[in-house]
Amino acid sequence: MNKKDAGLLILIVVVGAIVAMINPRFLLPINLANTANLIGLFGILSIGQAFVIITGGIELSVGSLIALLGVLFVDLIANLGMDWPLAFMLILVLGGLIGLAHGWLITRLNLQPFVVTLCGLLIYRGIARFYTADGTAGFGFGQNFPTLEFLTAGRTYGIPNSFIALLIIMGVTWVVLHRSVFGRYLYAIGKNEEAARYSGIRTGRMVMAAYVICGVLTALSAIYFAMYTRSISPASHGNFYELYAIAAAVLGGFSLRGGEGSIFGVILGTILLQELQNLVNLLGIPSSLNFAVMGGVILIGVLVDQQWDVFRARRRLSKAAHFTPSN
Amino acid sequence: MTGNGFTAIGGANQNEAISFEVPSDARHQAHFLSLHDVRKTYPGVVALDGFSIEVTQGEVIGIVGENGAGKSTLMKILGGVAAPDSGTIRIDGTDHDRLTVKHSLEAGIAFVHQELNLFDNLDVAANIFLGREPLRGGPLKLVDRAKLRKMVVPLVERVGANFKADTPVSKLSLAQQQMVEIAKALSIKARLVILDEPTSSLPTAETEKLLSVIRGLKADGISVIFISHRLHEVERVADRVIVLRDGMLAGTLTNDAINHDQMVKLMIGRALKARTSTSSRDAGSVALSARGIRTTAYPHRTVDLDVLHGEILGLAGLVGSGRTEFARVVFGIDRSFGGELHLDGKPIMPGSSADAVAAGIFLIPEDRKLAGILLDFAIAQNISLPNLPAHASNFIVSAASENATAETQRSSLGIKAPSIATRVGTLSGGNQQKVVLAKWLAMQPKIMIFDEPTRGIDIGAKAEIYRLMHALADAGVAVLMISSDMEEVISVSDRVAVMHEGQISGILMKDQLDQENVLLLAVGKSAR
Repeated sequence: MNKKDAGLLILIVVVGAIVAMINPRFLLPINLANTANLIGLFGILSIGQAFVIITGGIELSVGSLIALLGVLFVDLIANLGMDWPLAFMLILVLGGLIGLAHGWLITRLNLQPFVVTLCGLLIYRGIARFYTADGTAGFGFGQNFPTLEFLTAGRTYGIPNSFIALLIIMGVTWVVLHRSVFGRYLYAIGKNEEAARYSGIRTGRMVMAAYVICGVLTALSAIYFAMYTRSISPASHGNFYELYAIAAAVLGGFSLRGGEGSIFGVILGTILLQELQNLVNLLGIPSSLNFAVMGGVILIGVLVDQQWDVFRARRRLSKAAHFTPSN
Repeated sequence: MTGNGFTAIGGANQNEAISFEVPSDARHQAHFLSLHDVRKTYPGVVALDGFSIEVTQGEVIGIVGENGAGKSTLMKILGGVAAPDSGTIRIDGTDHDRLTVKHSLEAGIAFVHQELNLFDNLDVAANIFLGREPLRGGPLKLVDRAKLRKMVVPLVERVGANFKADTPVSKLSLAQQQMVEIAKALSIKARLVILDEPTSSLPTAETEKLLSVIRGLKADGISVIFISHRLHEVERVADRVIVLRDGMLAGTLTNDAINHDQMVKLMIGRALKARTSTSSRDAGSVALSARGIRTTAYPHRTVDLDVLHGEILGLAGLVGSGRTEFARVVFGIDRSFGGELHLDGKPIMPGSSADAVAAGIFLIPEDRKLAGILLDFAIAQNISLPNLPAHASNFIVSAASENATAETQRSSLGIKAPSIATRVGTLSGGNQQKVVLAKWLAMQPKIMIFDEPTRGIDIGAKAEIYRLMHALADAGVAVLMISSDMEEVISVSDRVAVMHEGQISGILMKDQLDQENVLLLAVGKSAR
């Protein structure tokens, strides 16, 4: 954990302490569990986004994908009678394929990530609404999937299983991003794609792989969200979720130019965002101000970070000037 | 030493209809700009050494010289970008120690650079008056389009252009874009227009056009400095040619004395005798054989070249002759438009740099910071990058293995850094270049391509890089060295291939290796 992550952690604890002092309900197990569940759901898709942002790209279609894949998943198991493990795998594969398509358009046809995934955002939302004829997808009365429900929306010793899933994914992706050859390549590409290519790295394939990982993790979180809400109205389900993910990454120290950021960072960013949502609810701030609070905190966070860097650079310079004999 | 030049072949000017002639005696009255005894040094190099020049109104001065002879330094001083160490610059009778960019503009000095500085998303008029647009609407500051157009039309006509004021620059050919640059120079009432390698990327017909525009400027009393590697064009358009060599005036040729051979002779200089490499290696079998390779720079030309095991093959030529593009094809960065490559007799056509690296073909790129290293990565991480799977077990990178390799390379190459965890961005140019070398030396090279390996690095580091190149060749590696530094080409190479406009114009063996031959081939003539 680096200094930036530590700073973010302190901020999370301080904000938590303040909220708890004003409204002790913050620390009630039920509130903590609910927040942990949301952290799990948003954390999974934010990690996916992180892989893409590391390469200097962006994935804007996350929210629409969550609606589309969620609708498909519910339809497969509730209406078409498919076994849920099969449907589960199918949705993950579909998420991966969509990620592959995005990566292919970006690396082989040289389209800009913003454009490709913006089109994805519009297309998947449209298909999702068309698929259900703008109706709500949900489970019939008495339809139960005990194992699936336990894995997604259940709890173990009071801890939401979605949060446990996040911890597992965190562990795996931490190794991939921070310890593996592939992870090193992603950072190299994000820092300087040309130099990476001149080092014999197949940059196109690596970037594509990042979009595939993002697609699979998005699909996984789509299933979790579907099982959490249990009914999906495709016009609004998952709206702006890509922005939660991008915001979490930026708060967590990622650079949108690529090559910077860590798994810890993006998770801490997610935690802070959910804490802020919780704060809005518990402190009786009108929930319409939700986004405004989030935006304000991110802006201040980025600003402090930036100014801190400027301050350090200046101090280094003035030190250097001090030790160099002047002529 | 130009005495015999006056009797040379009657000058190409004869068959040109020159509309306006400056009598040679008028030169002394009307020089508005002069440099006197200007000296400029950079760490380790004397770029200009006591150089003087007078610019007369309505005169076309050709400036020629090898790469690194001091031409660009001279331009920087005139443009106010670089300050000379000593000497004076006189403009309209006032002496200056140095010029600022503002001075230079006010004196009416305009540049047309080799890399054009136009905005291709804007039209011709907008480009010419960018930042100086006529305004209307008071505080609204709207662009007065009608007035702008009225101002641009005569300028465009004056350069004899066949495009309109509202033509988007993206629709223009390279030559037309140069016309826009010249029109821009005219718009600031330039008295001196400096053209830096204006014809290097132009086809013949467009070159003709440009030359006639230059004559037009001259007729209007505007002086032109024309810097070019294309000596024939200089011969045709210049009233006076100044030859630079090693930062000094090697000679001046006027009117009839201007001819190609004289210029070449002055560029090389008599005293300079080639220092050939002293190594006595025996080259082995053909390592890399290229036949009919076509590159993006000259798709209509083909490159045929053999590089042998255990030799340093210098690839000389003027900037822009297609050498780097050839290297990019061999390294799999660009695709060839045809032809074939053989590595040790087996056909190979790398579809990506990964293929080339797997085959043992390594490249040290021209632009170190852009393509050679990751400035934000540590030394160890830079060195391990091309060979990362070898430092990993089960896809997990072993920092211990990376560090061990990095330490070995650091001590064998003498990379000066506090530790191998130091960010490469904090190192000096020479040490950065050593890190790039270390990346590849830690693996097993078969073909090692160096593209301008010593550009921007100090003399000590240079010597070490040469030593490493020799060590590689001694070990049987085929070394291909692209270099624009004549001394380097001659002193380091075992053989030299010279490229001219996308083709190998000749190969010089050790006994033919001297500056004159390299230069003759580089400008498209045959060697002696």
